[in-house]
Amino acid sequence: MRTVIYLLIGILFGIVMMKSEAASWFRIYEMFNFESFHMYGIIGSAVLVGVILVQLIKRLEIKSFYGESIDFSPKDNVFKRYMFGGLLFGLGWALAGACPGPMFTLVGAGYAAILIVIFAAILGTFLYGLLRDKLPH
Amino acid sequence: MNWIYEPWPWYVSGPMIAFIMFLLLMVGKNFGMSANLRTMCTICGAGNKAEFFKFDWKSQRWNLIVVLGTVIGGFIASHLLSMETAVAINPETVADLQSLGFDSAGGAYLPTELFDLNTLTNFKTLTLLSVGGLLVGFGARYAGGCTSGHAISGLSDLQLPSLIAVIGFFIGGLIMIHFIFPLIF
Repeated sequence: MRTVIYLLIGILFGIVMMKSEAASWFRIYEMFNFESFHMYGIIGSAVLVGVILVQLIKRLEIKSFYGESIDFSPKDNVFKRYMFGGLLFGLGWALAGACPGPMFTLVGAGYAAILIVIFAAILGTFLYGLLRDKLPH
Repeated sequence: MNWIYEPWPWYVSGPMIAFIMFLLLMVGKNFGMSANLRTMCTICGAGNKAEFFKFDWKSQRWNLIVVLGTVIGGFIASHLLSMETAVAINPETVADLQSLGFDSAGGAYLPTELFDLNTLTNFKTLTLLSVGGLLVGFGARYAGGCTSGHAISGLSDLQLPSLIAVIGFFIGGLIMIHFIFPLIF
């Protein structure tokens, strides 16, 4: 049953990524050129609604569907890893025009070439794992 | 119901993304897609090479199922819920891209110059897609999350580290488009 729920959430996410055009390389390029409000509207409204939902969960102490408490783990208060990692991610996001969610959406949409991006992203993750101890965090 | 076949406006898409994050929280999970790339490394045996990949990947099975759903969702959206997938970007952006050699701008979902199967025999496109993917994977793990984990989940929880990461995403993206694109295209 839980497997079906995860699958349905994923399907909804894939549909939204495709239909919102957030999975389009062109939309990412346009965003970084500040030539459309579209992507800013998507991220901005998602965060706005997200903040409200998270606040509701916290203040009303809403439990999960299974009756467990919902915990938020605060991230480490450091600077370097977020800035440096974020910067590298941004360079790749603009070049490949896809972030880790949309990449998989595009496979389903039939763009086989995106598999190269996915394979390279897995390799990039592996490289990070190898170099992790040598990087400033 | 015709609207469903059209591209969805931001004010529908954005709140739906927040709703997806909410659903995952309500089933006791977190919205974060790039974690799956680490899980895939572990499944491929990366635990033998680095401590970072030594974890029970089955604890992340749920997220892999979300990924599978994401693939199916992409199929449904493009094959069943769309008449036309060309993205109507700003005409100025189209002109700008055409001057860089992207003739498919305004007439496709992805630039055929980068994603058409024929271009895969082209060394340059192959390199660009690989470098792009490599940076996404490396950067996401270094930063501890991607657009979903930081920009959506993290910012929704008002996490300062996520704001730093998102600022990093944008600095990186702006450098790529404004300083590196003119050199490579």
